[in-house]
Amino acid sequence: MGKHVLLVEDEVNIIEAISFLLSREGWQVDTHSDGATAMETIRAARPDLVVLDHMLPGKSGLDILTELRADPEFQSIPVLMLTARGQARDREQAEKAGVSRFMTKPFSNIEVVTAVRDLVQLAQ
Amino acid sequence: MASVNLLIGVSLTYVTFLFAIAFFAERATARGQVTWLRSPLVYTLSLSIYCTAWTFYGAVGYAARSGMEFVTIYLGPSLVMIGWWWALRKLVRVGRAQRATSVADLISSRFGKSNLLAIVVTIMAVIGVTPYIALQLQSVTLSLAIFAEPEAGALNQTGAAFWVAFGLALFTVLFGTRNLNVNERHNGVVIAIAVEAVVKLIALLAVGVFVVWGVAGGVAPMMERIDASPIGTWEMDRSRWLALTALSAAAFLALPRMFQVMVVENEDERHLQIASWAFPLYLMLMSLFVVPIAVIGLDLMPAGSNPDLFVLTIPLAQGQVGLATLSFLGGFSSATSMVIVATLALSTMVSNHIVMPVWLSSRVEGAQVSGDVRNVVILSRRASILLIIGLGYVYYRFSGGGAALAAIGLISFVGVAQFLPAMLGGIIWRGATRWGALAGLLMGFTIWVFCSLLPSFGPGVVLSSSVFEQGLFGLGWVRPHALFGIEGIDPTVHAVAWSITLNIAAFIIVSLVTFPSPLERLQGAQFVNVFDHSGRAQGWDAARATSEDLMVMTQRILGAEEAQTLFRLEASRQGLDGGLPEPTQGFVQHLERELAASVGAATAHAMISQLVGGASVSVQDLMAVADESAQILEYSNQLEAKSHELSRTAHQLREANQKLTALSVQKDAFLSQISHELRTPMTSIRSFSEILRDTEGMGQVEKTRYASIIHGEAMRLTRLLDDLLDLSVLENGQVSLRHETGGLGDLLEKSIRTAQAGSTEPLTIRRRHVDEAVMLSTDHDRLGQVFINLITNARKYCDAETPELVISVSRDGPNLSVSFADNGTPIPDDDRRVIFEKFARVGNQDGSGAGLGLAICREIMTRLGGDVTHVREAHGNTFVVHLPSQSALAAQ
Amino acid sequence: MSTQGATPVFLERRSYRRRRMMDALRLLPILGVFLWMLPLFWPTPADGPTAPEAVPLSTAATYVFVVWLALIASAFSLWSLLRARPEMDEDASQELR
Repeated sequence: MGKHVLLVEDEVNIIEAISFLLSREGWQVDTHSDGATAMETIRAARPDLVVLDHMLPGKSGLDILTELRADPEFQSIPVLMLTARGQARDREQAEKAGVSRFMTKPFSNIEVVTAVRDLVQLAQ
Repeated sequence: MASVNLLIGVSLTYVTFLFAIAFFAERATARGQVTWLRSPLVYTLSLSIYCTAWTFYGAVGYAARSGMEFVTIYLGPSLVMIGWWWALRKLVRVGRAQRATSVADLISSRFGKSNLLAIVVTIMAVIGVTPYIALQLQSVTLSLAIFAEPEAGALNQTGAAFWVAFGLALFTVLFGTRNLNVNERHNGVVIAIAVEAVVKLIALLAVGVFVVWGVAGGVAPMMERIDASPIGTWEMDRSRWLALTALSAAAFLALPRMFQVMVVENEDERHLQIASWAFPLYLMLMSLFVVPIAVIGLDLMPAGSNPDLFVLTIPLAQGQVGLATLSFLGGFSSATSMVIVATLALSTMVSNHIVMPVWLSSRVEGAQVSGDVRNVVILSRRASILLIIGLGYVYYRFSGGGAALAAIGLISFVGVAQFLPAMLGGIIWRGATRWGALAGLLMGFTIWVFCSLLPSFGPGVVLSSSVFEQGLFGLGWVRPHALFGIEGIDPTVHAVAWSITLNIAAFIIVSLVTFPSPLERLQGAQFVNVFDHSGRAQGWDAARATSEDLMVMTQRILGAEEAQTLFRLEASRQGLDGGLPEPTQGFVQHLERELAASVGAATAHAMISQLVGGASVSVQDLMAVADESAQILEYSNQLEAKSHELSRTAHQLREANQKLTALSVQKDAFLSQISHELRTPMTSIRSFSEILRDTEGMGQVEKTRYASIIHGEAMRLTRLLDDLLDLSVLENGQVSLRHETGGLGDLLEKSIRTAQAGSTEPLTIRRRHVDEAVMLSTDHDRLGQVFINLITNARKYCDAETPELVISVSRDGPNLSVSFADNGTPIPDDDRRVIFEKFARVGNQDGSGAGLGLAICREIMTRLGGDVTHVREAHGNTFVVHLPSQSALAAQ
Repeated sequence: MSTQGATPVFLERRSYRRRRMMDALRLLPILGVFLWMLPLFWPTPADGPTAPEAVPLSTAATYVFVVWLALIASAFSLWSLLRARPEMDEDASQELR
């Protein structure tokens, strides 16, 4: 019953870690590392959940989120946003833009896995 | 017995001697040798014209009649001199700063240069002083008559008086108008009166010494004789003691001749300080033997002999002809020096304030040729001298020489003391007005004429005895010796008290109710605040006077500072150092434009043409306009200045706020960046270490891989922290550079080795070793750091298929630069602008660098005194390191 | 201290002395007026038969001249002391507080 997760992240090591964690849980993980082209990939891949880095080359995670929410097709897609900047303002902005869950790096593995599981269940 | 002829011979010899001294003093002045002529001693001695024949002869007579009362005449001036700091200091400064030529000039100048006031003062002075001059003539003829007594009829007294008057007029004309000095100083006259001062002092002291030691036989017997004499007890009218001391002090300040020697002839204000003790000493010596001479005279001389001439008659009676002759010369000196200076002072007034204005207004075309005016001034001055002395002679002839000398002296004192309220009031009270001064002067003068001058001729001469008893027009409260019905006051005290009191009252009350003209207010401020802004007074001539007026006008419109700057600039443009510029046509036009900017062109033109050429509007009207404009301007300027200040403050606050905000934004951005850079490697480290911890049965290969990721990220964190610290040290300027000398080639070699170390696919590097043979004196470690950074960047980010780096050294004069050109994709323009900023990373690069490398490079180069720039090439990127010119020493 | 632009609150000892001497100089004429007006209180024969005996003229004259001499001496010594202080040379007649 492998659900489909799209991971948009530019740090190779973090991609590897999250991919490892989610794959082990039985998810199908696709990755993408460029912000500018992330929207096309999401539209094409139509994932069950998006893990979105806040700071991406090309286009920021916040912009991608806003664009997603503006698209009726992805209005309710669960989005887990990760940030390394750790500023309260970022969280506020993301929540306003309609983020499903907001997490600050560094995270604990269980937290991420639990969050992804919860979000997908909630969406069903 | 000395014959009159012998005496006349001696007198003539003495006069010739004085003429010679005056002549040589003038000659010395002409040659510029004025130092000794203008010493403090000469100044002090010249003040002694206060001691006239009235002192020389009259004091003894006064003492013989009233005991110690005579001394009040010297106590007043002594107090004034000792208290020079209070009044004289300011009077002298004001007089010098304003170039006042006389008392009349000073008063008129203070009250808006009013000529009416000057005329009134001049007339009062002439009326007050002429009897005094007559008194001097009388004293000379009387003393001559004493010698002539045995040969009765040998002396024609009126004839003698005529020749004395003639001689004095000649001397005054010769040395008083010898050259029209701009500052009215007369060195010849001053030196002559200084000599006369010595003669009269020695003469009086000689008679005194003869009387005390020659006649009385020492100090103790003298004291006994004094106490035994008819005047031997302290009999003092208390009101007279007080009033006469005050009167003499007032007259000392207000007498025209005193003003002449004290202020006009003053060369250096410091002389006043010396005179402050030296002149009281002179006065004390002059009065020291007065009582002894009077007592001995009363004792020895036959009853009925004139006590005014005891100084002469005692030596004569004792057979001391030589001493008597000396005494005669002393009295002669006293009389002549007084007449000369008084005439000089009065003639200056008459000529400047009466003759010249009349002459000028009688000529339609006005005074255009300066030489013309000069001759007229000298002529009018000479005519005035003859007039004054002539008046004195006429007065002498018609008064018949009857009244006691001292009485005339006192009457004259009360007359001139009327000037004092206007004089002193003018220099201490800014509110004093012209009408106040005029009212005070006229009030005091009227009372003086009625209570003091006219009654002095005796009842029935000018004033009928009915006026004395029933009052003027039968009004009981206007009696000459009992004004307002208050009787029993001593006549002199009565005249002094009423005239001065009512003078002051009229002066103050009228000043309070009238409004001063703008010019008066200006002059008032300058007089009262003379110590605030008087330097040494400036010169005085026709052109300068116009410049002064222009300056006054400009100051009122543009404000003092701006006007002064304007005039100073013009003066230096004209090549005049200090002082005022000449009112050239160009300058006047320029000035008019300046004024027009403030008051409008029409007004400015009217004002200027009024001052420079003739115009129908009065200066006063224009001054009033200027005054009002100045007030309005000042007010609006103040408002403007205030609003300027407010908006400036607001602007400063805004700027400060913006700076703070920008700083705060920068700090936030920097903290976000740091946070991001630190959290990213930590995320990997945490995640993989949890994976390693929580995953069971993980293969060895995977374990190793994850462990090395953790290791790599930990290294990245370390590097980041190192870079941050490095940058912080560099930015704070805390870095200490270690300069050493070494070859550029070696440094590049070492840097390349470090940068390439451990690299799996080393970069191809091309160099030209010949160019690198340069010795550098710089911090090699830091420069190496820059090189390593640039090489590493090229190695990491060069995306060409066969990455290549060309390192070349070029020299342009003293400037040395090392460029690192790779063949990778050129950095886009947008990014180029920020590559040297902190945390700037270009394009889609791997995250192994924190983006601090180039920021550190630039910071290091700045510290080393050079720079690092990026040059965009068609294919590839070139970073150029510019070395400071002094670091390259020489080719190896 | 005195090198600063503003007027210092406390003066140097020297200028303090000098200013007090200027004070003395200013007070001197007032002292003179007082001493010379003292004879106003002396009895005179005009005061009537009950008045104390009148002062002999020699005493009166001596008094007046002694006061005179004292004032001259004071003025002279103040002048020479003030002159010895260099600041006086600039402009002695400046307002001195």
